Amino acid sequence: MIEITHLTKKYAGRAVVDDISFTCRPGTVTGFLGPNGSGKSTTLRILCGLTPPSAGSATVLGGAYRDLPNPARRVGVLLDASAQHGGRTGREALTLACLTVGAPRGRVAELFAQVGLDERAARKRVRAYSLGMRQRLGLAVALLGEPEVLILDEPANGLDPEGIAWMRTLLRSFADRGGTVLLSSHLLGEVQAVADQIVLIHHGRVVEQGRTADLVAGGRSLEDLFLTHTASGTETTP
Amino acid sequence: MTETTPSLGRLTVVELRKLVDTRSGRWLLITIAVLAAVVATLQAIFSEPGDRTFANFYLVSVFPVALLLPVLGILLVTSEWSQRTALTTFTLVPKRHRVAAAKVTVAVIASVVAVPASLAVATVATAASSGEWTFHAQLLWGAALAHAIGVLMGVGFGMLLLNSPLAIVVYLILPTLWTILGATIRSLNTVAQWLDTTITTAPLFEPEMTGGQWARLGVSVAVWALLPLVAGMIRINMREVA
Repeated sequence: MIEITHLTKKYAGRAVVDDISFTCRPGTVTGFLGPNGSGKSTTLRILCGLTPPSAGSATVLGGAYRDLPNPARRVGVLLDASAQHGGRTGREALTLACLTVGAPRGRVAELFAQVGLDERAARKRVRAYSLGMRQRLGLAVALLGEPEVLILDEPANGLDPEGIAWMRTLLRSFADRGGTVLLSSHLLGEVQAVADQIVLIHHGRVVEQGRTADLVAGGRSLEDLFLTHTASGTETTP
Repeated sequence: MTETTPSLGRLTVVELRKLVDTRSGRWLLITIAVLAAVVATLQAIFSEPGDRTFANFYLVSVFPVALLLPVLGILLVTSEWSQRTALTTFTLVPKRHRVAAAKVTVAVIASVVAVPASLAVATVATAASSGEWTFHAQLLWGAALAHAIGVLMGVGFGMLLLNSPLAIVVYLILPTLWTILGATIRSLNTVAQWLDTTITTAPLFEPEMTGGQWARLGVSVAVWALLPLVAGMIRINMREVA
């Protein structure tokens, strides 16, 4: 369960997140959409306790993320696949994460298999990883503690079509087993295929929100919806 | 895997591992060890026979370690920002002061471990040059304490500035500037006796330290190590991680 309530974040008086509210329930995938700079990443960072909000609140599993004793055990997070030390091997990066949260060392091999990185990839330094490989490594870190909530910022970026299909299956089955997924993405077709619920933001405000099935009813695609709300021509001046 | 907060011991093990699991980290440690061995070798070759004592070899090998350990302390903190691993680290451990405490612990461990390393270098150099086996015990913990002060200053500067080159430059320049100012401007001379760590840590290598020397050491450590550490911890706790 994730609850975002009247969340606002201002930088130098300018609101980049402006009074956002939505809820993600167990057993569902929520697609968090919006153009670049619309406030998605900031919202997710606030949710994970990395950025303090200016007003409102963001809670996960009924409390603040920072108050979770060992968050990885309950909430899996992937905010930026590139935030890894380039000089470490993939295996070392994952081993450090396992050691930190107290997961058994055997988890490392298990996770590499689960996210589709082979032995050769595990031995490579992260510097030599493609973005797709980094995403898989980041996802391995997120899945480390067998969490019940996943918070993912653009996890499909850099994945090839096969990787995207794999990710869709993974997220769907995670939610079907009762997990809560919140993911931001630019791949609208993908989000339409996997998300039960859509939250669309623009200029830090929620402009559309609802069940995917309802929003794309009548032959309208998520892309149509997205462009209707975000195309500069249709912007209303305050 | 439990739902309890990662213990300080576990986080310290992780931070120790981060120190040696990259090429750059290993090279820094190797450089420190090689420099210590090189200066001891030079001392063995070029010093007067009467100066070839265990204590002297030990002291020259301590010098490069004392110079570079603070850099290790700085990088221990700032590499999390330069490599952007802070995002992963603080997502896994949102109680950031615990990570900071583990880094401080690692810094202290490094300064203690450096002492037997210097002893080993001195032993080889003394034996090889048929030197005299003179030594006094205060050199042991004097060096450990001097290292700890230096490396904690490094960690403090790193936490305060969160930028590798900036922290290293400020760390190297500020105390030197201080030493020069203290030596040239008379009115600053008294202040320097209390605040210049080059002056205040020197008695650590003497056989005896007076109460006044301890007091001056304490004041300088409070200003140059404790203050940056506390301010740096506050900064890390409040700062946004992107």
